[in-house]
Amino acid sequence: MDMPAPNAVVMARKQKIVARLASVLPRDAVIDDPAETRAYECDALTAYRCPPLAVVLPSSTEEVAAVLRICHEEGVPVVPRGSGTSLAGGAMPTADSVILGVSRLTEVLEVDYDNRFIRVQAGRTNLSVTGAVEEEGFFYAPDPSSQLACAIAGNIAMNSGGAHCLKYGVTTNNLLGVTLVQMDGTVVEIGGAYMDAGGYDWLGLICGSEGQLGVVTEATLRILPKPEGARPVLMGFDSSEVAGACVADIIKAGVLPVAIEFMDRPCIRATEAFAGAGYPDCEALLIVEVEGSAAEIDEQLGVILQIARKHDPVELRESGSAEESARIWLGRKSAFGAMGQINDYMCLDGTIPVSALPLVLRRIGEMSKEYGLGVANVFHAGDGNMHPLILFDANKPGDLERCEAFGADILKLCVEVGGCLTGEHGVGIEKRDLMNVQFDPADIEAQLRVKDVFDPKWLLNPAKVFPLAATASRRAG
Amino acid sequence: MIRLETEADLAEAVATAEGPLRILGSGTRPVGRPLEGTALSVAGLTGVELYEPGALTLVVRAGTPLAEVERVLAAEGQRLAFEAMDHRGLLGTGGEPTIGGVVAANVSGPRRIQAGACRDALIGVRFVDGRGQVVRNGGRVMKNVTGYDLVKLMAGSRGTLGVLTEVAFKVLPVPEAVATVTLYGAGRDGAFDAMTRALKSPFEVSGAAWVPGAAAVHLRLEGFAGSVAYRAERLTALLSDLGEIAVETGTEANAALWRTIRDVEALADLPYVWRVSMAPGALRAGIRGDLDRTARVERLYDWAGGLCWIGMSAEQAAEYAPLYGADDAASGAIRFHRDLQEAMADPEFGGGHATLVKAPEEVRAQVSVFQPEPAPQAALARGLRAQFDPRGILNPGLMG
Repeated sequence: MDMPAPNAVVMARKQKIVARLASVLPRDAVIDDPAETRAYECDALTAYRCPPLAVVLPSSTEEVAAVLRICHEEGVPVVPRGSGTSLAGGAMPTADSVILGVSRLTEVLEVDYDNRFIRVQAGRTNLSVTGAVEEEGFFYAPDPSSQLACAIAGNIAMNSGGAHCLKYGVTTNNLLGVTLVQMDGTVVEIGGAYMDAGGYDWLGLICGSEGQLGVVTEATLRILPKPEGARPVLMGFDSSEVAGACVADIIKAGVLPVAIEFMDRPCIRATEAFAGAGYPDCEALLIVEVEGSAAEIDEQLGVILQIARKHDPVELRESGSAEESARIWLGRKSAFGAMGQINDYMCLDGTIPVSALPLVLRRIGEMSKEYGLGVANVFHAGDGNMHPLILFDANKPGDLERCEAFGADILKLCVEVGGCLTGEHGVGIEKRDLMNVQFDPADIEAQLRVKDVFDPKWLLNPAKVFPLAATASRRAG
Repeated sequence: MIRLETEADLAEAVATAEGPLRILGSGTRPVGRPLEGTALSVAGLTGVELYEPGALTLVVRAGTPLAEVERVLAAEGQRLAFEAMDHRGLLGTGGEPTIGGVVAANVSGPRRIQAGACRDALIGVRFVDGRGQVVRNGGRVMKNVTGYDLVKLMAGSRGTLGVLTEVAFKVLPVPEAVATVTLYGAGRDGAFDAMTRALKSPFEVSGAAWVPGAAAVHLRLEGFAGSVAYRAERLTALLSDLGEIAVETGTEANAALWRTIRDVEALADLPYVWRVSMAPGALRAGIRGDLDRTARVERLYDWAGGLCWIGMSAEQAAEYAPLYGADDAASGAIRFHRDLQEAMADPEFGGGHATLVKAPEEVRAQVSVFQPEPAPQAALARGLRAQFDPRGILNPGLMG
């Protein structure tokens, strides 16, 4: 992975820069010992590593602003970091960069049930936002798989989704306000406890901008009352075409499940060996979950089961208890762990139009043979957000490169059928060089112009999202 | 007026424009200060580009009439969930609202509280920027984080950053049944209590409005018939201590009722109308304590009390003028407008924004129709316009 050469001036001034940072932060909030900065050399995309110049861990918006002002003056690139769970290398440092970690910004600032919002510091983990409101019967809807660890700051940077976003939307649909610190230290309060601000949609623009437009230190999030209950049904089919048709029919029938999850045979077999959830050995498996009171669930599942039966399922299993529900979800929830047991894997997340599902799965199968690498598919079928897991052996020379080439071909296919490179993980460094596949130069130029407005010196998370060649002149200042 | 039928012609027209352009669908929503310049209409760019009911996605050219979009979707039992308001009744305009106009103004209706705004349903755009360059962002899939989200930026940017030529949506099924639970006789506290309780319940209320004139709080439920009946019963029990309750289950009656709320028909005869968005609790307390009660105004609350439409007759506006040493309706309305926007900007009262949606041209010309933004956002907005429209020809001055 190409990264820009570190700025020699910055590297040479390291001691001065660290001293300046230490003058505005508590002693333990500035890390520059190489033994310790190594902990920040990568995120969850572990194939690429580079220790940063230094790491800062501010505890307030004011401290974040002070750090950014110094880095702005010194011309030091800043890489904002939530919990480091990015699968796309969104928090990958360069040698001349300061990592700005938000891990000490974890407070709940305000909870207002009558107006249905919570205001938190942005380093708080996704799951602990729900944890702060669940006793009152509320929850925060976006639920990325990493929700135990991932920070709201990272969720906002990547516009994270989750299994339940078919019904509740992704981060951008649940975000009411942010405190944003611009690269020059300007603090901007955007939105709040009300809906649809009057000017441009700053929230929409910042959400998903991968930490390139500013550092979010606080967030106002919409919270929702928990549904009375939820129940899944599991169905197995002989072909992915039939499973895909079943998904389309369910959606067309007017049912809006909270989740429709899909697994293919390689994935089913791997998870069975790992978790023993009792899944049928079939070509395609769907887990569909609906919410409501017991009677409402029965009504919706009635419609879903009727549709499923028309597609001759090889298995149709309705949950009758909490235990059975947990069993139906067990395999799906252990899918990634199961794959990790067998091999190293790379997880992609391109989105496709649901109608292209059979074609894309067939092509992925063919490419798997061509590349000689196994692939298992598990994904959110309701919205077409795929998660092909390509299996490879990191210790085998050339395997990672082959895996990346295979992954790139899958993503190109996603774009070709009308989809996109990434549905919820973000571009980061991983898919940076594929942006030209999805966008024309003018489309990319428009996005670069937005960055020019927010960060004219191109210091925030600079070598991400866009092909390096497209940003070279801007990064050079 | 320039009226074009292809994106290429439109791009050419913008690239070669020698002066300011007024960007129009068909001009049914002239909100904002009056604009100079040559009218440029996208109403000729019509037609459905792609519609996949099984994937809940629709791609349509920006000039397509909203009514046509709704007809196409209804044929498959689907709809745009955000329930776009029709401004013609309130503003006394003619013409056919276009889908591009809906997006440009990010127009949403009562279902905003449950299904999201127009910007939440929008998944892709094509537009022509101020240089005459065609730009694409987003796409036709509902989960997409590839690059910056210019889709949301374009929603509500009112043609100041680019001229929309194509828009893509996530659409939703029309539910099998609908019911409205109406609470009668509640005053301000009872009404806000009812809306708050309803929204804190798990019953998925898809509309919550208070019409003070009719002393009625309306709460809408949608879904499968059995589910709607169950939730209507539970909601009725939840609110029974607050007043008399009636449940309406007729499809037509419900459509008519929510159309009147969506289109703010209660205030349609008034010459001055504001739209105020705040936290429901802030509006319950009264704007800056009592601004909306000191003045004699008419009101309609939507979004569970988070959206307040305020209307004034000429007489009511004139009554406000003496507070500032004047005596005419226009002066009163202008002062009230400034007081409203100042109150919104005061963090002590919770924050929010106020827009003067309806007023005679000479009044709109004298005020900032949209809530003025704090300095950092105003600077960013100028920066974006300089990048997307360096010659300053797209609806100049409309958004600052």
